[in-house]
Amino acid sequence: MSEPVVQIRNLTLALPRGADRPHAVEDLSLDLMPGKILCVVGESGSGKSMSAYALTGLLPRALKVTGGEIRFEGRDLLRLDERAWRDLRGRRIAMIFQEPMTALNPVMRIGDQIAEMFEAHGLLTPKERRERAVSLAGEVGLPDPEQIVKAYPHQLSGGQRQRAMIAMALALEPAVLVADEPTTALDVTTQAQILKLIRTIQQRRNMAVLFITHDFGVVADIADHVAVLQRGRLVESGSAEAVLRHPQAAYTKALLAAVPSLTPPKREPITAAPVALSVANLAKTYATRAGLLGKPRVVAAVKEVSFDLRRGETLGIVGESGSGKSTTARLAIRLIEPDHGTVRLGSLDFTALGATALRDERRRIQMIFQDPFASLNPRRTVEQIIAGGPIAHGTPARQARARARELLDLVGLPPSAAERYPNAFSGGQRQRIGIARALAMEPDVLVADEAVSALDVSVQAQVLALLEDLKQRLGIAMLFITHDLRVAATICDRIAVMHRGEIVEMNRTEALFRAPEHPYTRSLLAAVPGALFAETA
Amino acid sequence: MTIRPASPLAAAPAEIVLPPARSPAALALRRGLSHGGFLIGAGIVGFVVLMALAAPLVAPHDPYAQDVSRRLIPPIWHAKGSVEHLLGTDKLGRDYLSRLIYGSQISLLIGLSAALISGVIGTALGVLAGYYGGRVDAVVSYIVTTRLAMPVVLVALAMASLVGGSLKVVVLVLGLLLWDRFAVVTRAATRQVRNQDFVAAAKAAGFSPVRILAQEILPNILNALIVVATLEMAHAILLEAALSFLGLGVQPPLPSWGLMIAEGKQYMFFQPWVITIPGVALLILVLGINLLGDGVRDITAPEGRH
Repeated sequence: MSEPVVQIRNLTLALPRGADRPHAVEDLSLDLMPGKILCVVGESGSGKSMSAYALTGLLPRALKVTGGEIRFEGRDLLRLDERAWRDLRGRRIAMIFQEPMTALNPVMRIGDQIAEMFEAHGLLTPKERRERAVSLAGEVGLPDPEQIVKAYPHQLSGGQRQRAMIAMALALEPAVLVADEPTTALDVTTQAQILKLIRTIQQRRNMAVLFITHDFGVVADIADHVAVLQRGRLVESGSAEAVLRHPQAAYTKALLAAVPSLTPPKREPITAAPVALSVANLAKTYATRAGLLGKPRVVAAVKEVSFDLRRGETLGIVGESGSGKSTTARLAIRLIEPDHGTVRLGSLDFTALGATALRDERRRIQMIFQDPFASLNPRRTVEQIIAGGPIAHGTPARQARARARELLDLVGLPPSAAERYPNAFSGGQRQRIGIARALAMEPDVLVADEAVSALDVSVQAQVLALLEDLKQRLGIAMLFITHDLRVAATICDRIAVMHRGEIVEMNRTEALFRAPEHPYTRSLLAAVPGALFAETA
Repeated sequence: MTIRPASPLAAAPAEIVLPPARSPAALALRRGLSHGGFLIGAGIVGFVVLMALAAPLVAPHDPYAQDVSRRLIPPIWHAKGSVEHLLGTDKLGRDYLSRLIYGSQISLLIGLSAALISGVIGTALGVLAGYYGGRVDAVVSYIVTTRLAMPVVLVALAMASLVGGSLKVVVLVLGLLLWDRFAVVTRAATRQVRNQDFVAAAKAAGFSPVRILAQEILPNILNALIVVATLEMAHAILLEAALSFLGLGVQPPLPSWGLMIAEGKQYMFFQPWVITIPGVALLILVLGINLLGDGVRDITAPEGRH
């Protein structure tokens, strides 16, 4: 076995006073092997990103290194000054980030940004730099490298931007590549391509890669070695095979158990219950005008979407970003107005209501939002948030407040939560409050728009279990919007796959996963990370 | 490598320990107690407000009582100063300290009422434009642009010379002129808040627009509003001083600080303190208000985020 490129030994990073724990990372020891990918996995706040920043010398000022060393090419990186770091970064250790749109300079051409890597280190002539930029763009699989180096970041797709970032990182042939959640912001099919690209290039160049992720599916696809972090401590490390198949630490086992399975559980088809929500030929187009004289660009966000949803049933709408799934959700609860088409709640034509009647009937269809931090008013107490809707509809305040406490109990929060402001709660707890707020209106239909996407996998499992339980107990119909096929498999009775504004396939979950008919559904299923691991685990 | 055992991850949250209930406002106040600028600003403004409220008790003399035999006595730190008039007397022999104390009433009154009037106008326009967007926004933006095209001092001078200067006229003119920043800032803040999911949730719950504006939008743009209000207060106080200095603002014998500077300008080469004392008073008050505003902005900024 060859020597490790990077040795992290007993690294300890102190958090500023007043944080929830004294150390961001405590006594962390890791080895990076040449030609191998080490995945550091953990939930939010586990310190996984901070260990990546320590390796690139980009630690936030508030964090202090209080112990340990990082050995790389005979030096301790923690003792380098800023000049030595500047020389090392990019040339020997490169980094790619989560959000390629913000990590690229929006007013600079892609080719110039790649060439800048050589320029910053005083290498090559301007002409050679341009040639290298083009050949790098080709190596990372950007189409038509000669032309694309002249493009600006906003002219590229998310996947292409991440490829450009990777080209920049590779420019100086670093020995170590640090990747901080590089595929988290991408669609699943794009993610599969980028993971494959990182794998190929890393092997071709024999690079060591430190890959930070929260997604065990990604780990299963890409990792040679795995390190699991919990609250700044290493709880388990070893080969990918060993950690994923035979986890030793209880925390790793619990994390792996929380990953939703791709094999949907058996569900009885619901055909007898009355139809709660019926959507017919719903359509919405957006027109944006390019300047005063430019031709308006018309985008059909949703095209002739129709589906029925019965009481006690969960219909999943899955698709990639831009497929129109969120627009469909917002059309269904009339947060935006459709161009044409109807939404019926039972026998009521929801789309035909005028402003006043609409306000009265809105309580019958409620929404749970994606971002648990943006969906609660920070200036109101939890009780005010939950009771506000019923009070606006004329429920006496005392009764609404008592009901709010019952609902808190229903979603698994203590009654003392009522007087708190949202700032006292974690993401998962906030999502429970959002669910209680929706339930306070006693709706027939619940629309969950990526309701668990912002949550850690263990919290996600809890919230999914809660939604499943509530649906069964209250007989609510649920429209569940998600990009995550694993989540959809766990909770949905039926799934509709959306692509470019249209439903391309709709079927019972089990049948859809067993025998996808549409080629797009097949490509989506094939791209889900960690498919192999799910089958054998 | 070190492998440490960890507690298993429970399937359900067994015990939820919540931090003590603190409103965002209470949290901001706690941060304020360790913010130097905020404390200094609050101290200065608090001192001036107390002085203005207790003027009849703390002023040593009647601010209007003239005594020509005792005119232009220098302040106490001069060789010819007298203990009876700590800050000296003006050209009519009126006690300068008493006039300064009563003058703070006028500055604060004008600052507060002008900020209140312009705050109501500007916030109403800004919130409507930000919340409804589209045509409402276009109309409001047009009004704001028109208002910005008018030079404040010139219009104020013209108005004051047209209807004659008085305290009421100054308050009205400034109140009707200084709302532009309120409108611009609240419009931008409202647009930001409007796109948050909790506003969508309120809409989906069937809240009326009035309820959404009052419960969901206004409390969340209050920080920005307070900051602009302090800036405009300082602005109004300085403008009043300028108008009074030009003889078109508050009329004598009222003890406005701007008027005191105007009345002292003919003596400024021989008795410079007649203008430096009210000038320094203005400087300190405006500085205090601005520090307070900056402090409020700093201590409320990180709110709602982790």
